[in-house]
Amino acid sequence: MIASDKKEAEAGKSADGGLDLIVIGGGPGGYVAAIRASQLGLRVLVVEKEHLGGICANWGCIPTKALLKSAEVFASLKHGAELGIETTGLKFSYPKAIAHSRKIAENQQKGVGFLFKKNKIDWIRGTATLKASEPGQSPTVEVAGKTLRAKHVLLATGARPRVLPGLEPDGKQLLTYFEAMNLPAQPASLCIVGAGAIGVEFAYFYNAIGTRVTLIEALPTILPVEDAEISAALKKILTDQGIAIHTGAKVTEVKKAASEVEVRFTSAQGHALTLRAERLLSAVGVRGNSDGLGLEALGADIARTFVRTDDRYRVLDASGQVLTGLYAIGDVIGGPLLAHKASAEGISCVEALAGVAEAARRKVDLTTMPGATFCRPEVGSMGLTEEKARATGRSLRIGRFPFKISGKGQATAETDGLVKVILDEKSGEILGAHILGGTASDLIATLTLARQAELTGHEILHTVFAHPTFAEVIKGAVEAAYGEAIDL
Amino acid sequence: MATLIVMPRLSPTMEEGVLAKWVKSEGDRVAPGDIIAEVETDKANMDFPLEDEGVLLKQLARPGETVKLGAPVGILGDKGEDIAGLLASLTGGSPAPSSAPAPAAPAAAPVSPAAAPVSAPPMAAAPSPTGRLLISPLARRLADDLGVDVRSLSGSGPGGRIIKRDIEQAAARGPAPVPPAHTLPVSAAPAAPVVTLAPAPAPVQPAPVLPASMPGAPDETVSLPMIRRTAAKRLVEAKQRVPHFYLTSDATVDALLDLREQINASLAAAGGEKISVNDLIIKALARALRVVPAANMSIAPDGQSAILHHRIDISVAVALAEGDGLITPVVRGADQKSVGAISAEVRELATRGRAKRLRPEEYTGGTFSISNLGMYGIREFLAIVNPPESGILAVGKAEKRPVVIEKDGKDEIRIQRRMTLTLSCDHRVIDGALGARLLAEVVKGLEHPFLLVI
Repeated sequence: MIASDKKEAEAGKSADGGLDLIVIGGGPGGYVAAIRASQLGLRVLVVEKEHLGGICANWGCIPTKALLKSAEVFASLKHGAELGIETTGLKFSYPKAIAHSRKIAENQQKGVGFLFKKNKIDWIRGTATLKASEPGQSPTVEVAGKTLRAKHVLLATGARPRVLPGLEPDGKQLLTYFEAMNLPAQPASLCIVGAGAIGVEFAYFYNAIGTRVTLIEALPTILPVEDAEISAALKKILTDQGIAIHTGAKVTEVKKAASEVEVRFTSAQGHALTLRAERLLSAVGVRGNSDGLGLEALGADIARTFVRTDDRYRVLDASGQVLTGLYAIGDVIGGPLLAHKASAEGISCVEALAGVAEAARRKVDLTTMPGATFCRPEVGSMGLTEEKARATGRSLRIGRFPFKISGKGQATAETDGLVKVILDEKSGEILGAHILGGTASDLIATLTLARQAELTGHEILHTVFAHPTFAEVIKGAVEAAYGEAIDL
Repeated sequence: MATLIVMPRLSPTMEEGVLAKWVKSEGDRVAPGDIIAEVETDKANMDFPLEDEGVLLKQLARPGETVKLGAPVGILGDKGEDIAGLLASLTGGSPAPSSAPAPAAPAAAPVSPAAAPVSAPPMAAAPSPTGRLLISPLARRLADDLGVDVRSLSGSGPGGRIIKRDIEQAAARGPAPVPPAHTLPVSAAPAAPVVTLAPAPAPVQPAPVLPASMPGAPDETVSLPMIRRTAAKRLVEAKQRVPHFYLTSDATVDALLDLREQINASLAAAGGEKISVNDLIIKALARALRVVPAANMSIAPDGQSAILHHRIDISVAVALAEGDGLITPVVRGADQKSVGAISAEVRELATRGRAKRLRPEEYTGGTFSISNLGMYGIREFLAIVNPPESGILAVGKAEKRPVVIEKDGKDEIRIQRRMTLTLSCDHRVIDGALGARLLAEVVKGLEHPFLLVI
């Protein structure tokens, strides 16, 4: 901790030596906010109803990545002949892969607990309820019959799967991602409704390990928030991998039978289709965990389950007035619903309430927020899609470079996908970048940094990228945008 | 080795500064962070801290002297060091800045190779201590494209880096201004006394003693304070570049004034400070902008698009001592603040504004302005838009007027307290109908003041 931080933190401190901050929720938004607040000299208490680390560490980002790695290695070995690897009797052990994934989740939880100890942050397990206190004071927090007070209260309660009528999960045949990553046995067939990041990742995983997968999406493309060109390219690749994908399709009825689920849906062409699968995963989006906290009684403005805040993450009421001492960050205030967005908002929020000078405070710019989907090939993206960039009316330079042409892509047999960059024609400002390819989620970091630092296409042209790498494909795409591509 | 101390950039728009007062004397030791002088910039009196250490060997600039950015004001070195060579190199190149009380400032920073300028304090953002201009590549390209002089900017990015936003804001302010042509010294007026500490509600500068009228006497040219020079440039730009139109409406303010009395009676009982009519009007304007968000818009620097503001930051014109112009501190998020909070904030900002103690971020970046001359008995007036904002509300005095009202189908004349409001709009982004809706909402808030407190 640096000296100036200490001084700045005086602003956020409770006068009577009591708690400065109660964080409700120990996920990637809440635990990061708590640690940053502690670094700034605030006395912090975290209330978590289940596990430290939240969905990210326990049921989301991390354990699914463990499963995806299992699937990826399995798929590589299965198709290893091209690289000179011959296998006989190759088998996928579903229980072992699940056990590995759960163990990773457990370690993650312990990791957050260790960080709390290191930063002298107390936490309690329980469900928090907010109650209004005196005017001009933050609400009190009731946990297990105890009433807690702090100068500030930060909601980082996250989100949970949205439930559609007719798709109410039962945990056995109709699943949410919680059950889908921890089934007693590998299903022979799986129908996934919803082709956002969660739906696509599970579709990839189960298909790669040999389950028959059907993916149904109501919108015209899979990964609807991504650039349409990327989504279309991924749809083709996943179809080639063996996933049956129906976009623009509407589920009309789901019937449960003894050992299977019958799904009726209307295809984009208007045909009525029926599908039978052992289980169904509902991945139709998430809703904010804004209920059950007493927010309604405090007058907080909640729009479609998400809490409304101002640019300093102060919770607002319906008339736009700030509710004293109450803040919210992460999934519970709405999209993009990403762990790293929650963490960044948590840091920004506590820096503001600890009095970190405006110029030094880290602000969250949603226009540089990277997104990632971890199927293989991965999708990594940042900034505007081509459609949205065109809608701004600016003249654009768009460059594409396929991995098929890159030396590294050919050598490693990872030839699927492309890098697409969208630049402002005149200034070279990087408006958006979209990568479909092996390690797109890592590659996008280069372009995210470039946009944040306000580099333009010109700086990328003047940067030397190592050869042969996947990253040099980024430079290839920028060269293409300027009509200077060497290898195209 | 002795080095030159140069005039730093202490406000985003300053091009030169008046060395108001030396805090350190020749021979004083200076430690990093020490304030060596006070400088009158175009907006405020600012402290001039040094990042280096040594002994202040020579004060080159005299109090009251105007010095260009980057031009030398003093010499820092070791105790007893010989600075004859350095002094000679200064006088050799361009006129010695120390010779005249307020000379035409030296053309460019006359830095001899032997004497690197002493690094500027951290807030003098643009030129870094190494002399490198901290600017993002995108900002540089945009600056070239939009014709913005980046040397006249200070950055709002990390470490004072100039970023895209700074260029867009500078471009919205208009082209790089031409330095004032006439800066003749005034023999009669003494150097402006400088207020050193903030809470000084008394007039900052004594009003100049007006000479008795002397028939046939020659005219006298008076050097304008920095703040007036900046205002003059900005106002000319605004009148020339912004297509103004004006909308006028009257509001019945009986209920508003009654409410204010009640609030103030209860505040007085609690020992609090009173709220002003202007505080209520700020709230009414902020509320109206929330109801009519399309009016909370500015023209983008490129002139091709408009910037829709989701924040409601109201610039409030505050008159400085006579002849010193005005400053417009910004009440941020005024729609989300209570009238009491707005009142306290305006009072605090105005006090520091009059003492020229506002930081640049406290008087820039508003989205809409308000100017009230009611307390001077003005019935109505037309204000000039403050770019890049797209509107300003001019407020006249509340007074009893005969008003014709219709009751039971018959006209009668009643005495009501009324106030005339005139909205000046930038027609590039606000059309007549939109401006009219905004003004109607302001009037609605003033006539139904419960809307301002719920």
